[in-house]
Amino acid sequence: MSESILKVENISLAFGGVKALTDVSFDVPKGSVFSIIGPNGAGKTSMLNCISGRYQPNEGEIHFDGKRVTHLKPNDRADLGIGRTFQNLALFGHMTVLDNIMVGRHHLMNNNWFTGPLYWASKAQKEELEHRKEVERIIDFLEITHVRKSIAGTLSYGLRKRVELARAMALNPKLILLDEPMAGMNLEEKEDMARYILDLNEEFGVTIVMIEHDMGVVMDISHQVMVLDFGKKLICDLPDAVMDDPHVKQAYLGIEDELEEAS
Amino acid sequence: MSTSVTMRPCGDFRTSYKQDTTIFETKTIRWFAILAIAFACFAPFILDAYYLTLFIQVSYLGIAALGLNILVGFTGQISLGHGAFFGFGAFASAWLNTQFNIPVVFCIPLAGFLTMAVGMMFGMPAARIKGLYLAIATLAAQFIIEDFFGRAEWFSGGSAGSLAEPINIFGFTFDTDESFYYVALFALVFMFIWGCNLMRTRDGRAFVAVRDHYLSAEIMGVKLNKYRLLSFGISSFYAGIGGALYAHYLGYVSAEGFTIFMSIQFLAMVIIGGLGSIKGTLMGVVFMVLLPEAMEASVSLVKETSIGAHPMLVDGLAYIKEMAIGLVIILFLIFEPEGLAHRWNQIKNYWKSYPFAY
Repeated sequence: MSESILKVENISLAFGGVKALTDVSFDVPKGSVFSIIGPNGAGKTSMLNCISGRYQPNEGEIHFDGKRVTHLKPNDRADLGIGRTFQNLALFGHMTVLDNIMVGRHHLMNNNWFTGPLYWASKAQKEELEHRKEVERIIDFLEITHVRKSIAGTLSYGLRKRVELARAMALNPKLILLDEPMAGMNLEEKEDMARYILDLNEEFGVTIVMIEHDMGVVMDISHQVMVLDFGKKLICDLPDAVMDDPHVKQAYLGIEDELEEAS
Repeated sequence: MSTSVTMRPCGDFRTSYKQDTTIFETKTIRWFAILAIAFACFAPFILDAYYLTLFIQVSYLGIAALGLNILVGFTGQISLGHGAFFGFGAFASAWLNTQFNIPVVFCIPLAGFLTMAVGMMFGMPAARIKGLYLAIATLAAQFIIEDFFGRAEWFSGGSAGSLAEPINIFGFTFDTDESFYYVALFALVFMFIWGCNLMRTRDGRAFVAVRDHYLSAEIMGVKLNKYRLLSFGISSFYAGIGGALYAHYLGYVSAEGFTIFMSIQFLAMVIIGGLGSIKGTLMGVVFMVLLPEAMEASVSLVKETSIGAHPMLVDGLAYIKEMAIGLVIILFLIFEPEGLAHRWNQIKNYWKSYPFAY
């Protein structure tokens, strides 16, 4: 647990005059579940975007698995083993679920526009079938077998979230970034999703960085919790310690106010 | 949930992933396709030469249109210069043959690769710009290449045009409609299978991913610029092959034909057929080739009746024909914007569950 897989050092990000992130640093230990919480607009998704490469931070460095990745493009970071899901769904709407997940295998496959069409003569067919087998394992694991041939855009919200997780898993990542995996789900779906995340972490050994608003889930499954507020890091500690921190209560959890009003 | 996608005929089971990745959905469709090709092999013995010329047209236009569909339908880019690339392939093949004495059979694929290089050069803005802006950039490509045909006499023979030798393999010359028909058939089947295989392997999926959601495609490890450019390259490759076939079929290439009108006609084919559908491409091309023929036939029918003798109609019939073609295309866009392929699937699904469609 002690060895860190992701090292974020003094990240600052500004959009014109708006400072989205100010001097944020943290370490994510290998094999842990690491949650980022905070009020809306605190910079949680901006942080994830910096790690996955959508945004280039103005200052600071990001190291992943011992390599500096600050300057890399998103697709190169995917090659290194960073997968992610999005807050507002970003599936390939007109493709089938199966093809969506197969896109995740992109960087693991070798056949190009010339050898691919030579399907039977080159090794393309063999490669396709091998990767299909891997993808089917993921489909089995997430229990989406019944929709594998459906068009992704026609699925319900909860299923789409699961397909997105499946697609990120198909990358064979060492680190998965989950942006609100349980937003808009009912209790049952949340329980399922929490179970998938735990299995993913424990069985597949994937490190997880997660943004989530459901405090029950966050406190239950995280090894560490970081709180962001107005782009600044408030605290990064064990879940219980975060719960008891007075700054966090004031900025985000808001329990004290309610108690005062009640008394 | 879309049951139509997963609904399979009774008794047609799949027990391996290999069976689940076939080009044709069911065994029946595959047998129909094989039978159709086998029947097509005997067509010259049965059909009139006139129908063979129509098929040859479908073939070379179809190959080029499939290229445009890969670019517009599958990758979500736009090109208004496809006609010029088609022309470039035609001139390039004739030029390679006459200048370097390369046999025509090799000239056709080489012309494809040359056109691919040119297409990627003009496609470079595609890595940066999208939509209408890209349309204008490719429009520039159309006019630049067209101008090049007129000026570069060493390449295209200038305003005189250039001659293209017929295809010759082992001393057999494909210079009649009957013999060229087989070349056209082979090229069509080969290029369409190539397209089908492309779309079910890695790079084909990457194209569709770039179209549907380019941000998450990049997060999934797809190099955006590479695939946008590659799509232009492959589309031009197809245009080049189609153009080369056209050149060696007619035996003569002149710069006048490859105008913006041709580019728009290619766009019309893929839109009518169905964007993002390989089967639809072929349907769209057949439709666009047969439409003028059907109009011609109906015009000559009207001419024979008493209305046809009316002085206003005698001169106007040719114009009415052109206008009717335009009208049909507009009606198509209003009532079936998703193309013939979509309509075909709907009809098929209707009959699949007939008469208990609930």
